[in-house]
Amino acid sequence: MSNVIRMIALRLALGIGLLFIVSLIIFAATELLPGDLAQQILGQGATPETLAALREQLGLNDPAPVRYWNWLSGALTGDFGVSLSNGRPISELIGARLGNTVFLALYAAALSVPISLILGILAALWRNSIFDRAANAGALTAISFPEFFVAYILVLWLAQTGLFPSMVRISPATTFGDRIYMTFLPALTLTLVVTAHMMRMTRAAIINLLASPYIEMARLKGLSPLRIVLRHALPNALAPIINVVALNLAYLITGVVVVEVVFVYPGLGQLMVDAVSNRDIAVVQAVALIFAGAYVALNLLADVLSTITNPRLMHRR
Amino acid sequence: MTRPRIPAMPLSRRGVLKGAAAVTAAGLILPHTSLPARAQARGGTFRVGIGHGSTTDSLDPGLWENLYVQTFAACRHNYLIEVGSDGQLVPEIAESWDSTDGSTWVFSIRQGVTFHSGKDVTAEDVVASINHHRGDSSTSVVKPLLAAITDVRADGNTVVVTLEAPNADLPYLMTDYHIPIMPGMDGRIDPASTDGCGGYIVESFEHGVQSTVNRNPNYWKSDRAWFDRVELVSILDPAARLNALITGEVHLIDQVDPATIGMLESRGVARILSIPGNAHYGFPMDSRQGPYDDNNVRLALKYALDREAMVDVILGGHGAVSNDNPIGPANRYFNTEMEMKTYDPDRARFHLREAGLESLDVTIAVADAAFSGAVDAGTMFSETARAAGINLNVNRVPNDGYWSNVWLNPNGDTPFCATYWGGRAVEDHMFTTAYAAGADWNEGHWSNDRFNELLVAARSEVNESLRREMYMEMQQIVSFEGSTIIPMYNNYVMAVANGVATPDQISANWNFDGFRCVERWWMA
Repeated sequence: MSNVIRMIALRLALGIGLLFIVSLIIFAATELLPGDLAQQILGQGATPETLAALREQLGLNDPAPVRYWNWLSGALTGDFGVSLSNGRPISELIGARLGNTVFLALYAAALSVPISLILGILAALWRNSIFDRAANAGALTAISFPEFFVAYILVLWLAQTGLFPSMVRISPATTFGDRIYMTFLPALTLTLVVTAHMMRMTRAAIINLLASPYIEMARLKGLSPLRIVLRHALPNALAPIINVVALNLAYLITGVVVVEVVFVYPGLGQLMVDAVSNRDIAVVQAVALIFAGAYVALNLLADVLSTITNPRLMHRR
Repeated sequence: MTRPRIPAMPLSRRGVLKGAAAVTAAGLILPHTSLPARAQARGGTFRVGIGHGSTTDSLDPGLWENLYVQTFAACRHNYLIEVGSDGQLVPEIAESWDSTDGSTWVFSIRQGVTFHSGKDVTAEDVVASINHHRGDSSTSVVKPLLAAITDVRADGNTVVVTLEAPNADLPYLMTDYHIPIMPGMDGRIDPASTDGCGGYIVESFEHGVQSTVNRNPNYWKSDRAWFDRVELVSILDPAARLNALITGEVHLIDQVDPATIGMLESRGVARILSIPGNAHYGFPMDSRQGPYDDNNVRLALKYALDREAMVDVILGGHGAVSNDNPIGPANRYFNTEMEMKTYDPDRARFHLREAGLESLDVTIAVADAAFSGAVDAGTMFSETARAAGINLNVNRVPNDGYWSNVWLNPNGDTPFCATYWGGRAVEDHMFTTAYAAGADWNEGHWSNDRFNELLVAARSEVNESLRREMYMEMQQIVSFEGSTIIPMYNNYVMAVANGVATPDQISANWNFDGFRCVERWWMA
C-alpha cells in the first residue's frame, strides 16, 4: 500500500510541476497575440486619448514579468483576478461556466462510457459477427464526421421535429430534469463522437486477452463465454480501458467548443473563444489553466486506477 | 467571430422612405404576407436571438458597440429624443426643444417620469448623462461627437446646452444610442447601473449569454412596450441562430444569411424583413502612400469592380448600389445627380494610363470581421479587376485583431482593406467622422482642401439651398476623388416569427427597428 501512496505523491508532484510549466507557456503564448485589450474594447471607436486612458485603467502598462507574478500568485490562492474587459471577478465568470461544462461532460460520460463498454464487450464476444461489424461501422461513421455535422444532423432529426430544443437556455433556476432534457442533444452529439474510441479500445483489449493461456484454461473448465469475459478478461483489460476513458473525459471538458457553439451552450469553451477574440487575457489564462488542470488530474487518476487494478505495475524491477 | 464595429449613430433622417414604390424598389419585403393587421395587445415573452454579444460587453454606455448591448439598452433606457419609424424626431424624455441661434439649445424635460428605482427623472440626471461622454477622463467613444459642446447645465425643468458654433443638428446627436438618460448622483451617472426609465426592468443579465427583462409597470408610455417579458439571447453561430428561429426558441434573429432566405421562407414559420438604410460596405485605401496617392489609380480601381454583381451576390439582392458615397438615400441631401460609376474596364485602363501605368499590382487585406462576405467581395473585385489590367491580390487576414492591426493601416502594411459603416443621419456627422482631414476614423487618411473648406462652411450655413448645394458638392468630391471605394448600401436583414406582429413601417435608422422592436412590436 505504501507503494501506492508513494506513487500517488510522486505523480502529484509531477503534475504540479507540469502545471507550472504550462502556466509559463500559457502566459508567454497570450503575450504573442496581436493587438491589445484596450483596442479590442474600443474597436473602431478607439482614439489615441481614450486608448491611453483605458490602458492605464486596465493596468496594461506593467511589464510582463510583473503581470505574470501577480497572476500566478493570485491563481495559487484560487483568485484569478478580475476580467480585464468587464471588471467582474473571473472566478465568478468561470464558476457557472465550469459547472455547465462539467455537467455536460458528466452527462455525456454517463451515456457514452456504459454504451461503449457494453458495445465493446459484446463486439469482442461475438467477434466478426454481423453485430461486431455493425457496431464498428456505426461508431466509426459517427467519429468520422465533424462534430458540427453530427450536431446539425441531430438538430434536423430531433430538434426540428420538435422532440428536443435546438438550443440550451439554462439558468440557475432550471430544474435538474429540465436540464437533462435540454442538454440531451449536445450530450448525444458528444456521445457519438467519443464512443468509437472507447468501444474499440475495449474490444481490442479483451480480444487480446482472450488469446492468453489462462482464458484457454477457463474455457477448458467449461465456463460460459460471458463469464469468461466479465470475470476473467475484463479485470485485466481495465488498465488500457481506464486510460482511454480518462482521455475521452478530458476531451469532453476541453474539446467541446464546436458543440457548445452549435447548441448555444454557455460553457467554458465558448468563454475561452470569446475571451481570445476579445483579448481578455486574464480569462484566457485562467481557462487554459483549468483545461490543463483537468488533463493532468484525469491522467493522474487514470494512472492510479490502472495501477491499482493491475498490481504488477506497482512492482517495477 | 464577426464582431460589429459600427462606431456611430446612423439614423435615418426626415423622409427616409418616400413612398411605398421606392421602398419596394429598394428591396423591402413588407410583412403583409402572413399577418392581417391586428390591434396591439399586451402580453407574451419576446425572445430575440442576436448574432452579437460577448463577455466584454459593458454596461457603460460610453463603450457600447454591438447590436446585443444596443437592444438591451433599448429595453431599459429612454433617450432625450427618439427617432420615429419615419425618421422624424419624436420627443421622449425631452418634451420639446428649441434654439434661437443654433448655438444655445434648450430642452424641456418631461415631468412625472420615474426611473425603475422610483426616483424622478430630473434635468440634473440629463446633465449627468450627457457629461458622462465629455471631459478629459471620459472613455466614451462618442466623446468626439460631443466635443463642440462647451456647457451643459440644468435650469429648473430645462437643460441648456451651449455649443462653440451653431449646429442645427444637435437634436439628432442627442438621439445617439450611447446617450441614454440614467440616474445621476452628484452630477455623475453610475455606468455600471442597469437602472433606467425605459419600458423594461432588468431581471437578470449575463454578458455574452442571455438577458431577461420584465415590463415596467410604471412606464410612462401607455401605448408602448407590449411584451410582458423580453429575453435577449446571444447566438453567434448563423446556423444555430437560424435553427433557433425555425424550432421556435426565438422570435427574431438578425443577420440572416442571404443563402438561407429561400429555405426559411418556404418553411412558412417566419418572414424576412429587409430594411434599406444608410449602412454601407467599403474598401478604404491609404491615400498617403503610393500608388493610392494618385487619384487616377483610385478611379481606375473604382471602375474596375462590378457593383451590381456585388449587391446580387454578396448581399443576395438585399441592398443597393452605391456610387462611392457614404451619404445614403435616407439622408436629407443625398446626391442623386452624380454620374453613376459602372463596371468599365476600358475606363479603368484609361485612368491607369493617365497615372502613367500599364498595369497595376496591389494587395487588398480582407476579413469577414469587416463585413459578412468581405472575403468573397474581395475575390469578386479581384476577378473583375483583371480585365482592366489590374492584378489585385486578395490577402485573407484573421478576424482577430482586424480593427487594431489592419483597419486604418496602423503598421503601414495594409493600405487597402475592407470596412463597414452604419451610416449617419446627418451628412456633417458622417463627413466629420471619417472624411475630414485628420479625423480619427479617416480610413483613407484622405485630405482635400476644397472638401474641408466646404465642410466647415456648411456646418453653420443657415441658407437651406446653399447648404444643400455644399453637401451635394462634397458628395461629388468624395465620390470622384475620395479614398474609399463604396460599392453598396447593405439592408438590415432580419427574420421574425409569424407569432410576432410588426408595425407597417419599420425604422430604417438601425437594425431591429432602430433597436426599438422591444417597444414597438407585439404578439399577434
